Amino acid sequence: MKRARVAYGGVIHAATEDAGGVRLGSGECIAASEVVWLPPFEPQTVFAVGLNYADHAQELAFKPQQEPLVFLKGPGTLAGHRARTRRPKVAFMHYECELAVVIGRPARHVPRAEAYQYVAGYTVANDYAIRDHLENYYRPNFRAKNWDAATLLGPWLVDTADVPDPMNLKLQTRVNGKITQQGTTSKMIFDVPFLIEYLSGFMTLGPGDVILTGTPEGVVNVQPGDQVLTAVEGLGELLSFIVEDSASAP
Amino acid sequence: MSKTAWLNLYGHPAPLCAKVDPLRHSVQLGAREFEVGAERWEVPTRGNIYGIALNFRGALAALGSATAAPPYQSPPRAPILYLKPRNTRIGYGAPIPVPAGIEALAVGATLGVVLSQSAYRVAASEAEQFIGGYTIVNDVTIPHDSYYRPALKQKCRDGFCPVGPWIMERDQLGSADGLAIRAYVNGKLALENTTANLIRPIRQIIADVSAFMTLAAGDVLLVGLPENLPLARAGDRVAVEIEGLGRLENPLVAELPAPGHA
Repeated sequence: MKRARVAYGGVIHAATEDAGGVRLGSGECIAASEVVWLPPFEPQTVFAVGLNYADHAQELAFKPQQEPLVFLKGPGTLAGHRARTRRPKVAFMHYECELAVVIGRPARHVPRAEAYQYVAGYTVANDYAIRDHLENYYRPNFRAKNWDAATLLGPWLVDTADVPDPMNLKLQTRVNGKITQQGTTSKMIFDVPFLIEYLSGFMTLGPGDVILTGTPEGVVNVQPGDQVLTAVEGLGELLSFIVEDSASAP
Repeated sequence: MSKTAWLNLYGHPAPLCAKVDPLRHSVQLGAREFEVGAERWEVPTRGNIYGIALNFRGALAALGSATAAPPYQSPPRAPILYLKPRNTRIGYGAPIPVPAGIEALAVGATLGVVLSQSAYRVAASEAEQFIGGYTIVNDVTIPHDSYYRPALKQKCRDGFCPVGPWIMERDQLGSADGLAIRAYVNGKLALENTTANLIRPIRQIIADVSAFMTLAAGDVLLVGLPENLPLARAGDRVAVEIEGLGRLENPLVAELPAPGHA
């Protein structure tokens, strides 16, 4: 089952996939372009893993991590499918196509052999970085990774039953239709069961928590007007529109 | 002297507005008056709690010339934020678990600034009107030396963010720019500093954080941690006191062992 949360007719709906569109709880079927897409679940604590693909770490001139590099995100950076993301006036802003793992029940001290029992489902993430704003304190710092509407989730939350092997999914990003990033989750340094064991080893995870598992190589600069499509095999295609940041700072 | 404050008590579904006495440590709620220690307290806000690293002059100075060397290369430019996620939040009096294998925890005495409305690209000169009130926070931290990577393991353990007991309304406190911050371990004064030592004063924090992200009503900004934080161990009782605002007390207890390690 593929689930979505959409706004339509002034109401937020739980919806499911229906032949190119969505089916609302009422049974009405609505075209994908007629609804406002929200993250497909209500996100709680948002974890993101940096440098979790050896090729991307190399691309950024980093040595592989000895333990996962995990950072947190606030709710203001989250957005849904077809979101508009403002591009600040910087030299370099790049997308990151990622597999996102949604936690389904409270998890503490979970051994990796049992980790998948705690997963509610999977979705696609596009985790933009404002590279000019990186600093070497708590890196990657919030200013670089917590820009408003710069962490997209969706379109669907796909049930675990429909994703038999999350560690063997192709990732792909297309900018204006051209393929710019390709990879596979089989190349993750720290896989999904490891990440759940690691995080739940020192803190309690809960329903709605989500882990963005990192991105492979192939990140490029994006510009206002670009359409960025991040896709994970079997989960869906998450579309993003880059727009100019027209407002000025005080 | 009683002040207007907002609080959440166990068993009450909604926030309560009360008169509080930060010196006598008591609450007047309607016709009922009680000592703070006589009630079970919840965290007084549902907002997100964002900390700011290295915002006390002494804390940055403690890094010394290291800020010019790898891995930092230069002192911080914009505010360096971190999040205290939902598993960390506990109210007044709730136990702070000390993780297995960790001897002592740093008492992260700090002031929490509570936003009254959504804030984005707010000028420092306008920032005051975005403040709804103030609360006391213990940003519990496992002592660590490096600020290079996000410190989840050191800052995001269960129960590592006591908040409260209340949010005092902004106009009840007056200026928050020169407030004494004190920490006690088992009743003994172990830290004394003041918000006069902030590198970015509160108005500037709001301006510089809202320059790059939207803050929501109810969100809490921790103004920073002073240098030389006191340490406390399981069995200790710690208190964070802020002048005019009140006192936040919590005991430290040994964390329950992981299954299979009992």
